[in-house]
Amino acid sequence: MNEQNRNYPEGSAFYSELRKRYLTATIWQTLFLSALVIAVVSLTALIYNVLDGAFGYVAFEYKNDPAEFTPTPIHELTKEELLVILKEGLSSGAYNKLDNEQKMEKRSQSELYILFLERLLQIDTKATWSMTDSLTRGDEIRAEVAEKYPDAELEFRSWLTPQFLTTPMSSKAEFAGVRTAVLGSLWLVGIAILFALPVGVGAAVYLQEYAPKNWLTNIIQTNINNLAGVPSIVYGMLGLAVFVRLLETLTSGAAFGVTDSNGRTVLSAGLTMGILVLPLMIINAQEAIKAVPDSLRQAAFGVGATRWQTVWYHVLPNALPGIMTGSILAISRTLGETAPLIVVGASTFISLDPDSPFSKFTALPIQIYQWTTRPQAEFHAIAASAIIVLLVLLLSLNATAILLRNRFQRRW
Amino acid sequence: MKEETLNIKPMETRGFRQFNLKKKLRISEALIQGLLFFAGILSIFVTVAIVYELGKEALLFFNDPDVTLGKFFGTTKWQPGIGQYGIWALVSATLTTSSIAILIALPLGLASAVYLSEYATQKMRSILKPILEILAGIPTVVYGYFALLFVTPILKTIFKDGIQVYNMLSAGLVMGIMILPLIASMSEDALSAVPRSLREGAYAMGATKLETSLQVVLPAALSGIGAAVIVGISRAVGETMIVAVAAGAGPNFSFNPLDAAETMTGHIARISGGDLSYNTIDYTSLFAIALMLFLVTLVLNLISQWVVNKFREQYE
Repeated sequence: MNEQNRNYPEGSAFYSELRKRYLTATIWQTLFLSALVIAVVSLTALIYNVLDGAFGYVAFEYKNDPAEFTPTPIHELTKEELLVILKEGLSSGAYNKLDNEQKMEKRSQSELYILFLERLLQIDTKATWSMTDSLTRGDEIRAEVAEKYPDAELEFRSWLTPQFLTTPMSSKAEFAGVRTAVLGSLWLVGIAILFALPVGVGAAVYLQEYAPKNWLTNIIQTNINNLAGVPSIVYGMLGLAVFVRLLETLTSGAAFGVTDSNGRTVLSAGLTMGILVLPLMIINAQEAIKAVPDSLRQAAFGVGATRWQTVWYHVLPNALPGIMTGSILAISRTLGETAPLIVVGASTFISLDPDSPFSKFTALPIQIYQWTTRPQAEFHAIAASAIIVLLVLLLSLNATAILLRNRFQRRW
Repeated sequence: MKEETLNIKPMETRGFRQFNLKKKLRISEALIQGLLFFAGILSIFVTVAIVYELGKEALLFFNDPDVTLGKFFGTTKWQPGIGQYGIWALVSATLTTSSIAILIALPLGLASAVYLSEYATQKMRSILKPILEILAGIPTVVYGYFALLFVTPILKTIFKDGIQVYNMLSAGLVMGIMILPLIASMSEDALSAVPRSLREGAYAMGATKLETSLQVVLPAALSGIGAAVIVGISRAVGETMIVAVAAGAGPNFSFNPLDAAETMTGHIARISGGDLSYNTIDYTSLFAIALMLFLVTLVLNLISQWVVNKFREQYE
């Protein structure tokens, strides 16, 4: 007994030992907290990085002098003046082609102004600066531009403009927009959800309400958990092999009389995405169904409802908020996933809106990837703008999911 | 209740119908159950389709007289077009980037989890958890942008000419940030599941909060944390966009994080992004790589599920 006691400090030794222990505890607590601080700093840096890229000074020149076309300053041109200038400046072939795409008279002033810049003045971006640089070293930039590009104009520009959302892809960063990409992403989401929602909820209902406890159910459950962990690019390979190649007659629309397309359509990609989000959908729906208390089922059975009546009229309506939250998560995933789209063959340059499941397509993340990997800085700027569009979309979706959860969630 | 309804006649006189309490076959019920079963079994078809399609094309690749397993696993140059089939050129980059990612994400994720579960007040948690959720929800292509245009320039000022524009370090670091929330939230779930009584027992013995957290709670939650780490590794191995944007384009057998190199996933993305014709060695080789990826992640996921089930401490 006495022997053992000697291992423990007593008196002042005990207190100094205790102080040491508390000191270590404080140090470690700070370390733990700093890990979270690093996470917060990373998120801030990421968001700052994106915003930093999307706004800033741009130095540009006009290949053709504005004075050749009009005596008035170009910012003050009205729609009518622009129409006249365009009609005179463009060759009649080019004008008619534009007119056929959309009546010139019906276009807005800003659309005509962009045409004027693009076709006649032929704007040429010389250099771009990030937002931080533009704000902190404005004078240096002005001096630099005056020295290097004496003819250039300097302008503080937001690359994210209303036009950016409504114009299609262009080979020049100044005129490129995300219209086709956003529409492509919406098509993908539509097709993926149309597939994954009924199948996912069906599978969840089967597993929670019908499946007997046997080896087959076990295998299905384990398999779903595993599928959730398969890398997305593997799903892309599956889509390439099955939807793009094997089922080409169906997915290209050849079986329905569409002739000008191969299997690399929005339908193939949407179905690939549907399969990709299926495990996520099933797992979430299962959780939602699991949360519905058994007493509801027993009450329904007690008044003589069949199993399906119980599921349809009692279990599913009560599980609906959870299922909707799961669907929104699946939609977010579909919007952000890039790798499988590259593999199944998203086109990188599309200027026509996708108008059927058999259209070629591009998507927001694909455009971001494309623009990020270009060497020119102006493409990085529009990549940043496209990222803002994507993140705003995702954040509002997630906010909806949280609202739904809070509004409709019932505690039993 | 009206009087007539209570006026019950004897059974024999009102023509009592015998109820058949045996289960009736209802066609529509059976049909619906069949459909639901089909939805459930579909996920099995997906797995079978993945294995079959990847396996079929990979077999075509390995059946090519030029390709041998010795070359595949024994050499370090990958260029199927000109007869070089050394998978290590791609595996080395996958290993390097994933290791960096785990080295970042494991300590940070675990520390975050311990703080959130053991130290944070309710209010702090309600601020910090959504931030982790936002980090987890950011698409990986955005992380790719971040790696190439934010982290790489910073690394460039640190290492000067020692580092290439595309490098594995930047991709790995950002991948670590991407995996951090995953490891943090899975570990936190595991830590929170440890019952209070264990902590209270430790406090009663005079342990400090740190001693309780590290020597009592953490060991009790080890299975969940182990599973989190394995899932994190599997995510890192399968991650595509960050490495496709920031790690470099071109297979390069190198374990030096400052070098540019292409991972298995990055290679698939780059090659399949171009015009790829079916039935070429380039096409089939991609499926061989994808099959390897699938098997590696499958094994990792199975191990993680096994770890959870095998080593989970039951406290109830």
